[in-house]
Amino acid sequence: MRKIVSIILLVIAALGIRLSLKEVRFGEHETEVGKHYVDEGRDETGATNIVTSVVVSYRGFDTLGEVTVLFIAATGLGAVLTAGGGGKMRKTEPASLVLYTGCRILFPLILIFGIYIFIHGHLTPGGGFQGGAIIASGFLLNYLGCRERRISRVASNLAESLGGLIFVVIGLLGLVFGGYFLLNFLPKGTPNTLFSAGIIPIIYIAIGFKVGSELASIIDNLIEES
Amino acid sequence: MSFLHNYTYYIGAFGLIFIGLYVILTKHNLIKVIIGLGILDTGVNLFLISVGYITEGTAPIFSGPDIDTEHMVDPVPQALVLTAIVIGVAVLALALSLAIRLYQHYGTLNLRKMKGQRW
Repeated sequence: MRKIVSIILLVIAALGIRLSLKEVRFGEHETEVGKHYVDEGRDETGATNIVTSVVVSYRGFDTLGEVTVLFIAATGLGAVLTAGGGGKMRKTEPASLVLYTGCRILFPLILIFGIYIFIHGHLTPGGGFQGGAIIASGFLLNYLGCRERRISRVASNLAESLGGLIFVVIGLLGLVFGGYFLLNFLPKGTPNTLFSAGIIPIIYIAIGFKVGSELASIIDNLIEES
Repeated sequence: MSFLHNYTYYIGAFGLIFIGLYVILTKHNLIKVIIGLGILDTGVNLFLISVGYITEGTAPIFSGPDIDTEHMVDPVPQALVLTAIVIGVAVLALALSLAIRLYQHYGTLNLRKMKGQRW
């Protein structure tokens, strides 16, 4: 009964979507705002990766909100999991020598790759969110391979808070120098070099640290519980 | 055939969305509901990306000196999805942590058997 009702509901929803998508043809879509970002974005922000200039510069305030959502989700997970006592680690067998050595060698390499990804966010594909996810995957490997090497809570909280603080402070500095939040007040430099695009790389590095430490603390909380 | 050719990505995206919705609506196991949430998330992301696509499009990145902006895809949906993926992971983790707590409290993951809950 339940299945039939849900299938009927889904069919009705599908028909409605079919009607509304009739005019949106695949592959021909062109919005004015997207066109403007692609045409003028390199000159206006100095970043060669237009997606980055949209995320950090044009819609930087939006990104601040999304980072806040991520922060609330990570904090909520910590609160839910650590509320009722908990924190008792199950007895686990130590990993074999091959696994242990391999993860000790790979862990710093993954960290360096993640940092490379978010430092070059304004030049090549990548950025703070992707680099942060890569760093968190390094911590996941660390937890799977050699569990007794844990990250310290203090360092993770410090990186997270500093990331958010740098983002907000740079936005407020834009307010001081030019009159609106997240103004790109630093010199833009020549495109396609590491030190270009003004505040974009700084903010993306802050986002990288924030996302990396938040996802790592999510992994830490979940591992501790299981 | 031209219909399929033109709308493959939309059909795929809404296929994923409807599979996810169906799983959320009909399954009783909490873990399966959360898996449905993940599938729904993927479908929405795929739909947003495919709305911004332009035929024979290239990535909106100036990696070389002579790149025409004519065929660059719309960067706005890409920027939105970029953050939505990371947030989706965090929200799934939050849902899983709630599932862990519910299991500890009720001793079951079956939504029908949780006492005091009406579904």
